[in-house]
Amino acid sequence: MNYIQFLQMRPEISLLAIFVATFIYDLAARGKWRHYFHPIVCLLIMIHTAVCLGESYSECELFGSMYYTNPMIGIVKTILSGGTLLLVMQANKWLRSANTTHKQGEFYTLLLSTLFGMYIMISARHFLLFFIGLELASLPLACLVAFDKYRHHSAEAGVKYILSSMFSSAVMIYGISFLYGTTGTLYFADMVANINGSPLQIFALVLFFAGMGFKISLVPFHLWTADTYQGAPTVVSSYLSVISKGAAAFTLMVILMKVFAPMMKHWQIITYILTVASITVANLFAIRQSDLKRFMAFSSISQAGYIMLAVIGGTKDGMSALVFYVLVYIFANLAVFGVIETLEHHTRSSVSRDDCNGLYKTNPRLTLLMTLALFSLAGIPPFAGFFSKFFVFMSAFKAGFWVLVFIALINTVVSLYYYLLIVKAMYITPNDEPIEHFNSSKYSRVSLVICLAGILLLGICSFIFEEIDRLSFGM
Amino acid sequence: MIPAEYYLILAALMFFIGIFGFFTRRNLLGVLISTELVLNAVDINFAVFNAYYYPEHLEGFFFTMFAIGIAASETAVAIAIILNVYRNMRTIRLKSLKKLKF
Repeated sequence: MNYIQFLQMRPEISLLAIFVATFIYDLAARGKWRHYFHPIVCLLIMIHTAVCLGESYSECELFGSMYYTNPMIGIVKTILSGGTLLLVMQANKWLRSANTTHKQGEFYTLLLSTLFGMYIMISARHFLLFFIGLELASLPLACLVAFDKYRHHSAEAGVKYILSSMFSSAVMIYGISFLYGTTGTLYFADMVANINGSPLQIFALVLFFAGMGFKISLVPFHLWTADTYQGAPTVVSSYLSVISKGAAAFTLMVILMKVFAPMMKHWQIITYILTVASITVANLFAIRQSDLKRFMAFSSISQAGYIMLAVIGGTKDGMSALVFYVLVYIFANLAVFGVIETLEHHTRSSVSRDDCNGLYKTNPRLTLLMTLALFSLAGIPPFAGFFSKFFVFMSAFKAGFWVLVFIALINTVVSLYYYLLIVKAMYITPNDEPIEHFNSSKYSRVSLVICLAGILLLGICSFIFEEIDRLSFGM
Repeated sequence: MIPAEYYLILAALMFFIGIFGFFTRRNLLGVLISTELVLNAVDINFAVFNAYYYPEHLEGFFFTMFAIGIAASETAVAIAIILNVYRNMRTIRLKSLKKLKF
């Protein structure tokens, strides 16, 4: 047997290696070595990202074609691990605070195992492997949401997350069981031959969508999102909103294209309804939020709606638009959550919109970063967010959904309103006692600078999108 | 031999009882048990489909085994978090979880 092909699994292999290394370091390190834990983990994840990035992947199937990888999937994994690196760097201060420092090893291992689950989920070409990956991606996340053991909010958010996660995945595998019953196989490639749109399969499709809709937090399944984001530690909220969501959206698109291809008419209707509902409802709710994390939760629901615009066509363009959107979204959203994290750590309480009043006077650089990130999320031209939104709209338009694109465009204006509310609070609203000047930690400063570079450059450097577009695949 | 439909009807009943319980129980453990009912309905479905319709492969049985294992680990995590809720609030009634709200 030829073992060389297992090198195509190098994202998973290197991730497992650094997982084991982190675990052993956590057990063995004492005294001053504990102090170097965070930089060492950052370094390990950086090496892992470099390994993922490396030379390009070839198409390859492993484990009896349960596992599949190609250049596009390699890029998605690289993006996810890069996002995780930025996130761990932002977590620096929180991890060193008195309540968390003794369990930071657990934080890293749980985080890396969820990332591993997402890798498996993306690469799976068999429903059993997909289900295991999905659960591996969501179970440790529940532990992370409830990570602040002594804070009431964290426990409440954790219980809301784990119960709805269990319920939605149970509903989803009930759907998969009907797919198995009607086709007699769990392999994606064999299943598609027997998919014919019978009523039982439509039922299965709807249940499957319910499960994935929960992971991406689309509107009828979004009720956990706001509570969980608000209660969870800020780092975990940002992980949920970018990495977990991006992986799930990519997986959903792949499965819709590979398995449900003959039922395209059916899933396009479902996607249409979910997209309109997500964008509209989330925008309306976001306007009335004052807590910043809750606000970002609704913003992330509406962004998930925009991501679904890329899914609806099921085309090659759609996939490149989706991956580019996720990439830009990671940078912009991590910047906003990074600012919230530093503010929260400084004030030692949750941050509401009114707390931001007059922030410009005391912390001009932080304010500028936040403004640019919010502009990017809203899609204002020179920033990367504009280009990613443009590609998403273009892919949906080419697939013939111009009414949907029109609705989404109107909603962009609404979203601009509530993003600008924060900018207005920071620059214009007078406040006698703004949060005083402070310096964030070195790590989060570096991470925020990288995010800023991403926001400014990703759209202008067109070769990034062209590279993604070259590798993406359609139905 | 008992026809396959009987098992499938049983599984569907368990599924909908689980969903009903999930929405109506007032106690966190009750909600957890309802989710378990849904998961068990899935296990029955897979086993029956495999045994009656596709006995030449064992994919359904394997899925059932993995689903049971994963359901057990999910329950463990959920109970740990519910314990944490109890430590923080001295109750596990659903009504007490209202600090995070619109």
